[in-house]
Amino acid sequence: MEFVEKFKRMFSNVPMLGWLLGALTAVLIEYFFGYDYISYILQLPKIPVLFGTLIMLKEPMMIPSALAYDLIVYVLPILLVAKATAFATNPVAMLLEKIPLILSVILHLALFYLVLHVWAEINDYRELIVRLTMICIILTISINVINGYQGEFSCSHPGFMALGAYTCSILTLVLFVNDRMFGEALLPAWLGPWIFPFTLIAGGIVAALGSLLVAIPSFRTRGDYLAIISLAFLFIVKSAVENLQIIGGSRGMGGQPEYATLPVIFIWTILCIWIIHNFVTSIMGKALNAVRDDEAAAESMTVATRKTKMTAFMFGAFWAGIAGGLFAHVLSYINPGTFSINRLAEILAMVYFGGLNSIIGSIVGAVTINVLGEALRPLELFKWIIIPLILIFVMIFRPYGLISFKEINAKKLLRAKYKREQGA
Amino acid sequence: MDLLELFQYILQNLINALQRGSFYAVISIGYSMVYGVLMLFNFAHGDIFMVGTYIGFAIATLFLALFSSFLPGWIIFIGTVVITMFLASWIGVFVEVAGYRPLRAAPRASAAITGLMIGIIFETGILIMLGAKRLSFPPLMESVAYKVGGIYFTNVKVMIIIISLLLMLVLHTFIQKTKWGMAMRAMSYDFLAVPLMGVSINIIAPLTFAVGAGLASVAGILYGQAYPILDPYMGVLIGWKAFVAAILGGRGSIKGAAMAGYLLGFIEIFVAIIFPSTLRDLIAYSIVLLILTYRPRGFFGMEHSTKLRL
Repeated sequence: MEFVEKFKRMFSNVPMLGWLLGALTAVLIEYFFGYDYISYILQLPKIPVLFGTLIMLKEPMMIPSALAYDLIVYVLPILLVAKATAFATNPVAMLLEKIPLILSVILHLALFYLVLHVWAEINDYRELIVRLTMICIILTISINVINGYQGEFSCSHPGFMALGAYTCSILTLVLFVNDRMFGEALLPAWLGPWIFPFTLIAGGIVAALGSLLVAIPSFRTRGDYLAIISLAFLFIVKSAVENLQIIGGSRGMGGQPEYATLPVIFIWTILCIWIIHNFVTSIMGKALNAVRDDEAAAESMTVATRKTKMTAFMFGAFWAGIAGGLFAHVLSYINPGTFSINRLAEILAMVYFGGLNSIIGSIVGAVTINVLGEALRPLELFKWIIIPLILIFVMIFRPYGLISFKEINAKKLLRAKYKREQGA
Repeated sequence: MDLLELFQYILQNLINALQRGSFYAVISIGYSMVYGVLMLFNFAHGDIFMVGTYIGFAIATLFLALFSSFLPGWIIFIGTVVITMFLASWIGVFVEVAGYRPLRAAPRASAAITGLMIGIIFETGILIMLGAKRLSFPPLMESVAYKVGGIYFTNVKVMIIIISLLLMLVLHTFIQKTKWGMAMRAMSYDFLAVPLMGVSINIIAPLTFAVGAGLASVAGILYGQAYPILDPYMGVLIGWKAFVAAILGGRGSIKGAAMAGYLLGFIEIFVAIIFPSTLRDLIAYSIVLLILTYRPRGFFGMEHSTKLRL
C-alpha cells in the first residue's frame, strides 16, 4: 500500500492534459513501431489487440512477451511522458482554466478522440469494439435515467432499441439504398451521411412514443408490476417485428450503409452524455429523484409526478432508440433476436455493475462489461461463468454498483495540478 | 363446422391449454412463494427449473437402467419424482444461501441481478458439463392415446394435469396445516414482526426456496414427458412467462399464481387457434398489459407496499 501511496504522490501533479498527451504518445508508438519493431522483437505474431489479454489466455507461454509489450508500449510511455511534460502541461491547463469550460472540454475531448482513433486504427476488430462499447455507453446511461434516477425497474430497453433501430434502418434503406426490400433509393447516396442524424432522431422519437405504452401504466403502478408491463412491452415489440413481413420478419433486415463510423458514434456518445447530464442535474432531474424516493411526498411538494415519469421514460427511450439506430448501422444487419431477453440481461448487468444514479458509473459499467467480455473471449464458455461471478460479488459488496450516486466534476477533472503540489 | 364439432374442437384445445397452463402454474407458484417470504422475485427460478429437469433426466435414466426389468413403471416414476424433488430442493437452498442471503439489506434490484447471474451460471455450467448436444428425456410411461367423444388425448397429458393439481393440493395442505406453512404465511403478512416472534428468516427462506425448486423440478419431469428435448436455455423463456403469471396473479399470492398460470396457458393456446400462431406472443402479452393496466395489483395482490423492504 505504501508503494501505491508513493506512486500516487509522484503523479499527483499531472493534469488530465498530461495523461492524454502520454496516451497519445503511447498509441503513436504503437502505430509506428508496434508491428515492425516491438512485436517482432518480442516474437508476438501481431500487435496484441486488447492489451494482450487474448493471446495471454490462448497461449500461456506468451504471457511474458505480452506483458512486456504492454509495459513498453503503454505503461512506460504514458507514465514517462505524463511526468516529463508536467512542467509544460500545468501552465497550459492553467491557461485553459481561464477560457470557458465548454471550450476546454471540447479541446480535451478532441485530444481524447485522437488517442482513440489512432488506437482503433490498428485493426478493424479494435474499431468494432470501440464502436460497440460507445453504443453500450449510450444505452447504459439512458437506462440509468429510468432505472437509476427514476427508480423504476424497466425491462423494456431492448424494445426501445429495436424501435429505434428499425425506424432508422427503414428510413436509410428507403432513402439511400437500392435494395430488394424497398426498391430504388429516393435520394442520392452522397446525401446519406448528412441526413443520417435526422433518421437517427426519427428513430429516437418513435422509441419515445413507444415508451408511452410503458409510461402511461406507470402512473398507476410501480415496482414489480411495472417490471412486468415493461417486459410484456419487450415481448410485444419483438413479436410485432417478427410478424411484420414487410421489414423482414424474423429473418431480419440487412444492408444498412455503414454510416455509424467511429467519429459519428463518438459525437453522439458525447452529445448523449452531455445532454443527459444536463437533464439529470436540472430541476426535472431532481424531480425524478424525488419521485423515486417518495412519490406521495413529491406530489405534495408540487412535483408533477405523471409528467415527470412520462418525461423520464420518453427521454430514456429516445436515447435507447438512437443507440439502436447506431447499432443497426454498425453491424449492417438486425433481426428481432438481437433485441431479446439476453440483450436485456446484458444492459441490466452493465447499469447495475457500474452504479445507479451516476453517469460516470454507467460509463464505467458499460466499458468494463464490454471490454471484459471481449478480453475473456478465448475462455469461450467459461466467460459466462466469470462475468456473472464478478457481477454477483459487486452486488454483494457494493449493492448499488461500483460508482453510484456520484458525479464527476469536469472542472475539477481538467484543472491544473500545479497549485496542489505547491500547497503540499 | 357444426356446433358439436366446434364444441369438440374447443374441448380438445382446453386439454392442451390445461397441460400448458399446468407448467406455468407449478413454476409460477415458486416465484410467488419466494415473493411472499422475501418480497423479492427469484429470477434464477427458470434456471432452477432447467437444472431440476436435468436432475430428473439423470435420475430417470439411472432408474430405468437399473430397475426397469423388475419394477413396475409407476414405482419408477414415483421414485424419480421423489428423489428429484429432494435433490433439486438443495439447488434452491444453494441459490438462497449464496445469492440472496448476502443481499438481505440490499436494494431489490441488486438481488434481481444476482438471481439473473446465478441463472446464467447454471446455464453455462450445464452447457460446459454436458456439451451442446441435445438430450432427450426418457419416457417414464408408455404413451397411450384415447378417444372419448371425439376428443383425442394421451395418458401423459392427463397425468401431467392430474399430478400438477395434486401437487398444488399438497402444497396447499402444507401451507395451511403445518407449522412451517404457518410460518411462511406469517412471514408474508409481516416481514418485520415475524422474526421478532422467534421464527428465523434464515430457516424459512431456504425452506421456501427448496419447496419452490422441488415443485419446479417436478414440473421439469412432466415437461420432459411432454416435450422430451432438453436444452440448457429451456428455462429462460418458460421462467419469464411463469414470472409474468406470478405477477398477474398478484405477487405473493399462491392461489393467484396458479390461476394466472392456467390463464396464461389458455390465452396462449386459444390465441394460437384464432390468430396465426406467430402472433401468439404479441396478443398474449397485449392481454397481459391490458389486465395490468386496469388491475395494477394483479388478481389477488397483497395490499402492502414495496416500501417495507427499501
